[in-house]
Amino acid sequence: MNRAPVAAALAPAALALGDDALVLSHRLGEWAGHAPVLEEEVALANIALDLLGQARILLSLVGDEDELAYLREERTFRNLQLVEQPNGDFAQTIARQLYFSTYQELLYGQLASGDGAFAPLAAKAVKEVAYHRDHAEHWTLRLGDGTDESHGRMQRGCDALWRFTGEMFQPVEGVDADWQKLEDDWRESVGTVLGRATLTVPDGPRSGAWAAGAGRQGLHTEPFGRMLAEMQHLHRSHPGATW
Amino acid sequence: MATAAAHRTTTGTQAGQAERTAAYEAAFDTAVAADERIEPRDWMPDSYRASLVRQMAQHAHSEIIGMQPEANWITRAPSLRRKAILMAKVQDEAGHGLYLYSAAETLGTSREELLDKLHSGRQKYSSIFNYPTLTWADVGAIGWLVDGAAITNQVPLCRCSYGPYARAMIRICKEESFHQRQGYELLLTLSRGTPEQHAMAQDAVDRWWWPSLMMFGPPDDESAHSAQSMAWKIKRHSNDELRQRFVDIAVPQAEALGLTLPDPDLRWNEERGQYDFGAIDWDEFRDVLKGNGPCNEQRITQRRQAHEEGAWVRDAASAYAAKHGEAAA
Repeated sequence: MNRAPVAAALAPAALALGDDALVLSHRLGEWAGHAPVLEEEVALANIALDLLGQARILLSLVGDEDELAYLREERTFRNLQLVEQPNGDFAQTIARQLYFSTYQELLYGQLASGDGAFAPLAAKAVKEVAYHRDHAEHWTLRLGDGTDESHGRMQRGCDALWRFTGEMFQPVEGVDADWQKLEDDWRESVGTVLGRATLTVPDGPRSGAWAAGAGRQGLHTEPFGRMLAEMQHLHRSHPGATW
Repeated sequence: MATAAAHRTTTGTQAGQAERTAAYEAAFDTAVAADERIEPRDWMPDSYRASLVRQMAQHAHSEIIGMQPEANWITRAPSLRRKAILMAKVQDEAGHGLYLYSAAETLGTSREELLDKLHSGRQKYSSIFNYPTLTWADVGAIGWLVDGAAITNQVPLCRCSYGPYARAMIRICKEESFHQRQGYELLLTLSRGTPEQHAMAQDAVDRWWWPSLMMFGPPDDESAHSAQSMAWKIKRHSNDELRQRFVDIAVPQAEALGLTLPDPDLRWNEERGQYDFGAIDWDEFRDVLKGNGPCNEQRITQRRQAHEEGAWVRDAASAYAAKHGEAAA
């Protein structure tokens, strides 16, 4: 992967996709030592690592990865509000992962088949993301079609995050994708999985989060600032230090 | 098969139980003496089995509890490269726990049973993980000293008489050596960094040095299981031998790091060709083992909590598997 800074026109796109991966990776990292079963310690860390790897490549296209991760403030992060949502219970984490991984797989699939600047990166990442989606899909099925309690929790997780899904299909400057197709494919894919999991596709608004301010524009939800405070604290406490 | 001879001796005979056991025992002793590996289906003395289950379970538990002090810093790692390294390391530890539980299961126990014993305090984990990670440099000190001590302990286990344990250790030791080098490199970067970073590294080494020496267990004359474990070739060297070996390796490494070790009695002994070092505070060691270390309560509470809060997830996986004929997660 060529890590020389991309043309300025592509920087907003690299930042948006990179921030998505960085922030979700951080949230998944919070699970370490708390997972419901040891296999999930491994799986969640694995997904977090893949995402962190993607984030590092994307941010490096824009500038210094650590400066971008540790020295920007909340209003200049471009990630989706979905990925900054707190982990909640395992069902909520899985719902977030299903929504996002499906989006990422479809988006990177489109980018990989094109000839844009992100095609090589997308071609590599789409393999990782397909695994993430598969993992989320299997857990959606197990939780949705498991016990009454898991069914209820999974449905609540899906419902609670639904309002953050509309934002995913707002075109990102510099990302050459068919956004309408992306949205249609996403609805079909997620709808099928939820159906097989005996869950109901939420029918609440998907644009509420957008109207309230979109992550892509640097408008975030309250938990995000606290997450950044924790993430950036040490780096910011030692200006100019090498780690 | 280590005890095939014993099976042949007794098959089809009217030998009494005692005679059979004696034949099995003799074959087992011969196999161990010849450095053969004992495998899961071989006959083994009950006490050998129990001793291995105890040691392997404690080892597995240590990997799992050992995730906590390091995971404590994942969300605060000061660079993305360090964050990736730390995440990968904690993931490896979960993997090591899985190998070791699987290896222990070959002896007729189950992961559920072992976890239950951990959660109820009937089985232990390494005392080292009851110390807190107070600064980022602790992540480096754990890598260098704690993983270093673990490797010193574990490399001889690659030749342990019980096959599944020995094979697990071969895989684990490869990853552990990698972790140790990363920890050392982290400390070296801090030591050569700003004065604040250097001080942070020194403080971490000051806090982790003695607890790392305690990882080798009580002195030889107080070690309850040592003699038998050595006779069975589960263990190859005594606690004090391994501790000395670790000190001899660590001292020049500390010098190369530009850090000091917190022991005024530490000096080269020309006659022995080894380092002399000061007395370990065994009262502290026993206190931590008894549950009164700085983090005992916190560590076990978090582990229990993760398990209890995950019960509905495991139940869901079982219920789904039962409905769909899938192997349970």
